[in-house]
Amino acid sequence: MSLIALEHVGYQVDDTAILTDINLTIDKEEWVTLTGPSGGGKSTLVRIIASLLSKTSGTLTFAGQPIESYDPVAYRRRVSYSFQQPTLFGETVRDNLQFPYQIRQRPFDQDRAVEGLEVVGLAASDLDKAVTDLSGGQRQRVALLRNVMIYPEVLILDEVTAGLDAENKAFVWSLIQRFNQQDHLTIIAITHDQAEIDAASRLVTIKDGRIVGGAK
Amino acid sequence: MNLAVNNQSLLLALGLVVIALAIGWKEKLGIDRDMIIGVIRAVVQLFVVGYLLKYVFRVDHIWLTTILILIIIFNAGYNAKQRSNGIPRALPISIGAILISTGVTLGVLMLAGAIKFIPSQMIPISGMIASNSMVAIGLCYRNLNAQFKQERQAVLEKLALGADLKDASKEIVRDSIKTGMQPTIDSAKTVGIVSLPGMMSGLIFAGVDPVRAIKYQIMVTFMLMSATSIGSVLACYWAYRGFYNDRKQLLI
Repeated sequence: MSLIALEHVGYQVDDTAILTDINLTIDKEEWVTLTGPSGGGKSTLVRIIASLLSKTSGTLTFAGQPIESYDPVAYRRRVSYSFQQPTLFGETVRDNLQFPYQIRQRPFDQDRAVEGLEVVGLAASDLDKAVTDLSGGQRQRVALLRNVMIYPEVLILDEVTAGLDAENKAFVWSLIQRFNQQDHLTIIAITHDQAEIDAASRLVTIKDGRIVGGAK
Repeated sequence: MNLAVNNQSLLLALGLVVIALAIGWKEKLGIDRDMIIGVIRAVVQLFVVGYLLKYVFRVDHIWLTTILILIIIFNAGYNAKQRSNGIPRALPISIGAILISTGVTLGVLMLAGAIKFIPSQMIPISGMIASNSMVAIGLCYRNLNAQFKQERQAVLEKLALGADLKDASKEIVRDSIKTGMQPTIDSAKTVGIVSLPGMMSGLIFAGVDPVRAIKYQIMVTFMLMSATSIGSVLACYWAYRGFYNDRKQLLI
C-alpha cells in the first residue's frame, strides 16, 4: 500500500483551475522529485499534500486514510514542509531548534540539537548564534534541521536549494540523501536544478496544473 | 457649584465655531459642510442625552439603568466591529469583550465601594469603560490584520512544522494585546503631567477640591487599565481563530 495516494485531485480558486486530475502515489521511503515550469502548480500540490491547503476535488489518502480524517496539526507533524526561503523564529539558532519541542510540550533535547548541528555542518557553539549572523546557506540548513529535529515520516522540500551557491547546494542535497537513506524519510522535493533532476530516482513533471510525466 | 454656562454664553461660544468655519472657508479645505453637520449633530445629540439622563436619574430604576448600560455596550461593540476589516464574528466578539470588561470592572468598583448602583454613577462610568475598551479592541483588530499579513510566512512555517493555531499566532496575539493597551498605559504615565483628564478636570471645574478630584482620577486610571486589558485579551484570543479555517489553514 502506498503511503500517499492522490486520485483525481483538483484545486480551483474561484473559476480558475490551478490543478486538474492529479493522480499520484508515493511509497514509504521513496524519493520523488517534482519539476516543471514555474506557475505550473507544483507548490500548490505539495501544500495540499502538507495540509496547508485543501484540495477542491478528488481524494488524498495518507497511510490508507483520507487526509480529512487526520487532525491537521498531528498530520503536519508526520508530513513536514520546508520552504524555499525559510523564516527563522526568535533570536538564536536554539530558539528554532527548540520550537518543535515547545509545540509538543516536550523538553528540549540539547544532545540531539548538537548532533544535528554537526550533521548540517554547523558547530555546537552555533546553538546560541544569532540568526541574523547566519549566511543564506546556514539559514537553510538550520531550517531543515528544524524540520527533522523530531523526525517526520515525510519531508516536503519546496526548492530548498534555490538561491544557494554550488557548495551549499551540494551540501544540502547530501543532507536530504541522508534523511532519505539513513533516517528513512519519504522525500518529496521540488527543484529546477538540472543536476538534481538528472539524479532523481523518480521524476514527476507538472505543467499547467497537470502531471505530464512520472505518475504511477 | 460655580459653573456659569447658560444658553447665552453657549450662543456666544458658537463664535468659536465661526472662527473654525472661517479658516476652513479661507483655506478652501472643503470641510465647511462636515463642520456644520458635526456641530448640529453634537448639539442635538448632547441635548437629547442630557434630557434622557435627567429623566433616568430622576426615575432611578434598576432596569432602566441596566438597559442604558447595555445600549452603551452594544454601541461600543458595534463601533469596535467597524474596525475589524472582515474579521469573522467581530460583532459578537466585540460586544462580548466589552460586556465582560465593563461588567468585571464595574463589579470590582462596586465591591470596593468606589461607586454605587445609581444611574448618575453607573451610566457615566460605564460609558468611560466601554469607550476605552472599544478603542482598545479596535486597535487590536487593526494590529491583528496587519500582523497576520506581515507575518504570513512565519505563521505558515509554524503551521507546517505542526504548531497548533495558538502556537502559530502567539506572537501576533501578544503584540496585538499590547497595541490595544498601549494608549491607556501611555496616558497613565503622563496623567497630570501632560493632561488633566476629563473626569478630574470636570470635578475641578465643578468646584471639587483638586485633592479629592485626583482620587477619582486614580480610580478611573485603575478602571481603564482593567477594562482595556480584559477587552484586548478577550477580543484578541476570540478573534485570531478567524484567520484560519476549520482545517487549521491560514486564510490570508
